Amino acid sequence: MKLRTMLATATAAALLAGGAAAAETVKIGIAAEPYPPFALPDSAGNWSGWEVEIAKAICAAQEMTCEITPTGWDGIIPSLLGEQIDVIMASMSITEERAKKIDFTDHYYKTPAVVVTAKGSGITPDDAGLSGKILGVQASTTHQTYAQKHFEDSAAEIRVYQTQDEANQDLYSGRVDAIQADSIAMADFVNSDIGACCEIVGAVADDEAILGKGVGAGVRKGDDELREQLNAGIAAILENGTYDEITQKYFSTTIYSK
Amino acid sequence: MIRAMLIPRRLIMLGFFAAFVIWCAVTLDWSWIPAYAPLALSGLWVTIWLLVVSLVLGFALAVPLGLAQAIGPWYLAAPARAFCTVIRGTPLLLQIWLLYFGLGSLFPQFPWIRESELWPYLRQAWPYAILSLTLSYAGYEGEVMRGAFASVQKGQIEAARAFGMPRFTMFRRIWLPQAIRQALPTLGGETILQLKATPLVATITIVELYAVAARVRQDTFIIYEPLLLLAVGYLLIAGVITLGFRWIEGRGPRM
Amino acid sequence: MEQALELLSLSPPGWGANLLRGLAASIQIALGAFGFGLIIGFFGAMGKLYGSPWVRDLLEVYTTVVRAVPELVLILILYYVGTDIINNIAAAMGRGPVEISGIAAGIWVLGVVQGAYSTEILRGAIKAVPPGQIEAARAFGMPRGLLARRVTIPAMTAFAIPGLANLWLIATKDTALLAVVGFSELTLETRQAAQSTRAYFTFFLAAGFLYLMVTLLSGVIFGRIEKWARRGQPSHRSAS
Repeated sequence: MKLRTMLATATAAALLAGGAAAAETVKIGIAAEPYPPFALPDSAGNWSGWEVEIAKAICAAQEMTCEITPTGWDGIIPSLLGEQIDVIMASMSITEERAKKIDFTDHYYKTPAVVVTAKGSGITPDDAGLSGKILGVQASTTHQTYAQKHFEDSAAEIRVYQTQDEANQDLYSGRVDAIQADSIAMADFVNSDIGACCEIVGAVADDEAILGKGVGAGVRKGDDELREQLNAGIAAILENGTYDEITQKYFSTTIYSK
Repeated sequence: MIRAMLIPRRLIMLGFFAAFVIWCAVTLDWSWIPAYAPLALSGLWVTIWLLVVSLVLGFALAVPLGLAQAIGPWYLAAPARAFCTVIRGTPLLLQIWLLYFGLGSLFPQFPWIRESELWPYLRQAWPYAILSLTLSYAGYEGEVMRGAFASVQKGQIEAARAFGMPRFTMFRRIWLPQAIRQALPTLGGETILQLKATPLVATITIVELYAVAARVRQDTFIIYEPLLLLAVGYLLIAGVITLGFRWIEGRGPRM
Repeated sequence: MEQALELLSLSPPGWGANLLRGLAASIQIALGAFGFGLIIGFFGAMGKLYGSPWVRDLLEVYTTVVRAVPELVLILILYYVGTDIINNIAAAMGRGPVEISGIAAGIWVLGVVQGAYSTEILRGAIKAVPPGQIEAARAFGMPRGLLARRVTIPAMTAFAIPGLANLWLIATKDTALLAVVGFSELTLETRQAAQSTRAYFTFFLAAGFLYLMVTLLSGVIFGRIEKWARRGQPSHRSAS
């Protein structure tokens, strides 16, 4: 009996999977770590946040069937290449290094990189200010690359965290003197209850080769049809006001610039 | 050892292996090695340092843990057994995160911690890495030592007592050497298990061998090559450990 | 304390249900990997004991490599290699990419690791069966399959149980490593809950408690199985 139920379930699952494949579900990979306000899970296991809503809006605009698929951030590019996911929408900046491995759509938001420290630390976001200090960054981000290029010599240590939240946590606990990260995520952090410890001391000097040309969706090289579809979707929601509507729910200012 | 490899079958296998290595060397992308070699060496050093320090401290802790369980009164035996059960019953990764992030999240509630002399160490990641690796090794090895102490023959203890040997001398000259001798065959295996546990501390920002490979992957997006080289690196270290223990075992008196 | 209980409650906004869901995924992966490992281990042990010299050497390489390289590294390699191979096969057959569920990938990855340890444990257990028993069965002209089913496997089970019990515990704990790759099992669910609520200490302790319960419960179950497997054997064997 039990075996038969299992077989029945398996067959049903196979049929369902077959049906879904016919409709071509696009798997949108997001980082499986809370990254407020862009992506965060609730206790029911559903993901929400600005970027998740934008992803769903793009899919709706293009009438695509999409599935949000949380994936470890550190291995998200290999997951895309290994076809576990079809699109990366995880606040990934468009950089030259990454563009060697994957293709990007047009960018859908763009924000500067900032440094956050404890209130009144007197640290400035440059070589002199970070001299002898411990700087925390998230692994596999443009901030890691930037910090290791520009602050490797001046900072006492650059500490690399698996998730942004762990870096935030260690700034709060006082283990690092400063963290470098995206300005929006940091604005959200300093407004949270533990972020009250800390303040944004300013943006780092721009280095477009590293910090990139804004955040875009990543697709496999040669997956041009999907890339065009997403581009059309991004253009559509910018055009019809959906983009602004979602943005107003999360931010007080615009986060899109050409 | 060498002669065992000269059988035709093994020569053919070695040939295949060599062909595979050459294939890897030619077709895969190794251009990143020179740039990351210094970092890799320092990572190797950190791995070995973590391994050796946690082994020594962990073993020092395992001896009293084993002794307490084997012959201690109940009020020592029970906590020792509980400690070993908890350590062996939960994943090391969770223990590491509990110590590093769990404790870290409590710091701000106690401002005096930042004023204390220990603060410069509490800010670093390595004390947590050493602590968690040490406790883990002590938990597993404590269990081994319990068995080893329990297996020392009672007659020898009685003989020593009959000669009026002081208790501590008895422990140092009779119990401990024999227990270590008993535990030695498993000690090599446990050491390799401990080596395999070290990469977990990369998740709390320690830059050891595994973290260097992860860094290469993050910087260059090359996936397989750093991982393959990393696996070879651990194989070599494990090989050295195995040979080392074989040598030590060969030297001791036969029982 | 009250706050902690609220965070751990089973209905949202508590995260208790998430931890339990993670635990269920962990146990599923552990069971699958343990089973897959046993299958590999059974054939591995047979190969090591009765196989041709080629088979024996290859198995030796497998068990040595797997037991010397950290699980975390193996998991990453097997995870990427496994999906690569499957996709290549699918492409060669003219199909699109195959969807691999997280649980299946976890079982594959941990199962290959478990297989190496299983091989050694089962080989040791088979060797511990008194040869007289097997010879007696052979003398009566018992066919090979029947001999394995009626004599070797029942007799070796008792010897294999303690090692396999240990291996099962390793399987449950190794599922935690999958969190690093982003699999949604107990440790990752815990980390997400901890990061979303900032209650790191509470959640890591709670997860530790869950793992410990699994361990203790498994200990009881394996104790029962061992008693059952040893029935009819002279009891002084364990003392000798």
